[in-house]
Amino acid sequence: MSLEFLLASGIGAVTATGIYLILRGRTWPVVLGLSLLGYAVNLFIFAMGRLWRDAAPILSAAGRMADPVPQALVLTAIVIGFATTGFVIELALRTRHETGSDHVDGHEPTPGHSETRDSA
Amino acid sequence: MGETLSDFFSVHLPIFPVLLPLLTAVALLLIGDNGGEASHGSPLLRWRRLISVTSATLGAALAWTLMRQADYGPLTVYALGGWQAPFGIVLVVDRLSALMLALTWTIAVPVLCYATAGWDTHGRYFHALFHFQLMGLSGAFVTGDLFNLFVFFEVLLISSYVLLLHGQGRQRFKAGLHYVILNLVASALFLIGLALIYGITGTLNMADLALRIAQLGPQEAVLLKAGAMLLLVVFGLKAAIVPLYLWLPGTYAAASAPVAALFAVMTKVGVYSIIRVHAVMLGDGASHAALAAAPWLLPIALLTTVLSVLGALAARSLARLVAYLTVASVGVILAGVGLFTPAGLSAALYYTVHSTLVIAALFLLVELVASQRGDAEDRLQPASPVAQPVLLGLMTLLGAASVAGLPPLPGFLGKVMILQSALGTPAQNWVWAVVLSAGFFTLIGLARAGSILFWGVLPPEPHTRRAGGGSSRRMLSATLGLLALSLALAVYASPLKRYTDAAAAQLADRAAYADAVLGPLGGAAAQTTRPYRGDAGEVAPPTPHNPPQTAR
Repeated sequence: MSLEFLLASGIGAVTATGIYLILRGRTWPVVLGLSLLGYAVNLFIFAMGRLWRDAAPILSAAGRMADPVPQALVLTAIVIGFATTGFVIELALRTRHETGSDHVDGHEPTPGHSETRDSA
Repeated sequence: MGETLSDFFSVHLPIFPVLLPLLTAVALLLIGDNGGEASHGSPLLRWRRLISVTSATLGAALAWTLMRQADYGPLTVYALGGWQAPFGIVLVVDRLSALMLALTWTIAVPVLCYATAGWDTHGRYFHALFHFQLMGLSGAFVTGDLFNLFVFFEVLLISSYVLLLHGQGRQRFKAGLHYVILNLVASALFLIGLALIYGITGTLNMADLALRIAQLGPQEAVLLKAGAMLLLVVFGLKAAIVPLYLWLPGTYAAASAPVAALFAVMTKVGVYSIIRVHAVMLGDGASHAALAAAPWLLPIALLTTVLSVLGALAARSLARLVAYLTVASVGVILAGVGLFTPAGLSAALYYTVHSTLVIAALFLLVELVASQRGDAEDRLQPASPVAQPVLLGLMTLLGAASVAGLPPLPGFLGKVMILQSALGTPAQNWVWAVVLSAGFFTLIGLARAGSILFWGVLPPEPHTRRAGGGSSRRMLSATLGLLALSLALAVYASPLKRYTDAAAAQLADRAAYADAVLGPLGGAAAQTTRPYRGDAGEVAPPTPHNPPQTAR
């Protein structure tokens, strides 16, 4: 099994988990889902510079080098993702405080409405 | 001394619209803002307002200078840190960028004046956030690098998250949570699309990308198209097109008036990015990936127009109605872009300028009307009469007629241009039918709203909450100013149309763009700078243009 296959299926699994969580009705799973999606995206950006072994991310006489640009891009994406996650957690807490419910719609789903209860 | 200063100014001009709001916002953060009514009349509040409005006026002057400079023809390229593109990030100011910059800053000044009449004390750090948002908008318009575009998107989004919540309240938090989550998911998609594009082409510089995309084989082009379509989803969410517009009416209606007016520019960032990426970079010169968005864009745009006009007809509050009109305007603009002809693009740009101005004015007007109607606020139901029926009624009439596209107002001119550019294209009948009937039904919706607001009056009840007499003079004059600017577009239609024609022609000239950005590497003949081949990760064979030599 190649390294590429492992990484690709890993990213796929994390993305699927993230999307599942984002589609939940409560804010906390949604926040977790966003974080997971962020991780998957970061790995994906990293992989787009191809997977290299024994190659430094810098130009050298040897001619083989790992692509440094995706590594720089990933750093930026991580920082931005960190900031936005912090913000969305704070926003979720404030919304819970303001509306009295941690449902993303700001109120508890009415009974009879076909919505799965989610105990997160 | 004077000469070196003016040299310095002209060399660094493209970065100023980004630096100025950044420095202003930092200064405003340092001054501090504890918000609340307690700060009324405090000297710090006066300083904050003075700094904020002065800086915005200065920014508008800068943007207009850039636009005049761009109109001379040559592109202004600014290499950040002196790094040659595509190794470093460049800012590129062409006619399109300069036009969007001028539009943004021209709207920012009256909106800020409006906010200084009281909204800026309803929460903390309004002015600082407003300038961060301006920084993000300006940066997104001037950058020549796709990843940098993502970064500026994030800057403008994170300030828009907080601005949306400005003034707080249950409704805003609810709308805010949806807005933030949707945009975070869109950011993730943006990164996936970018990474795909980078993985295939090995570059993110827009000029370099256009060259690399044209060289792709059919197999690689499929992957690139997938990346480009992901970007279309992201930009479509920002621009609010079918089926991604559902978040907009609730969000914009919940935002405070000056914030909603500024957000009128935000949907146009999505439109701008679609033009940059899908109409220019993936234009007809892109061989296998050419016009990847063409089968989708025009039908989506027309459907957006139809659905949003229906939404406007069904709206039960004035704010929602104007929010739906925002979506409708994006639909009409993208119908022009979706024709993928220079004439269509030029018409779309003219309509962008007009619709952004008039919708910003309408969002301010909504609040003026709402504040004079007692408890009914902006709900479309009979209520006590407004205090200034003639003035507000006339303003609403002008704005509404212009949005609906009645002659001789600029909205009419914009729509005529789009209809003209559709003549002779295969989609001609669809565009004509949709744009004309959308105008008609918009008129019906607005006539209904206007007659309820201004004629469906109940006798004033003595116990209802009334905001005194009329609105504050500052609020009125800011709104009037925006409205007058949008009406002035009818008078100055000819120079503006010349400008947008030239802008569309400039966008179509991809070789000149490549020469300006990648000049030292051979312009349109520049080779890829990626040190390995795309397919198997093999090291590229050494060529005279191999990057180790050029990169030093």
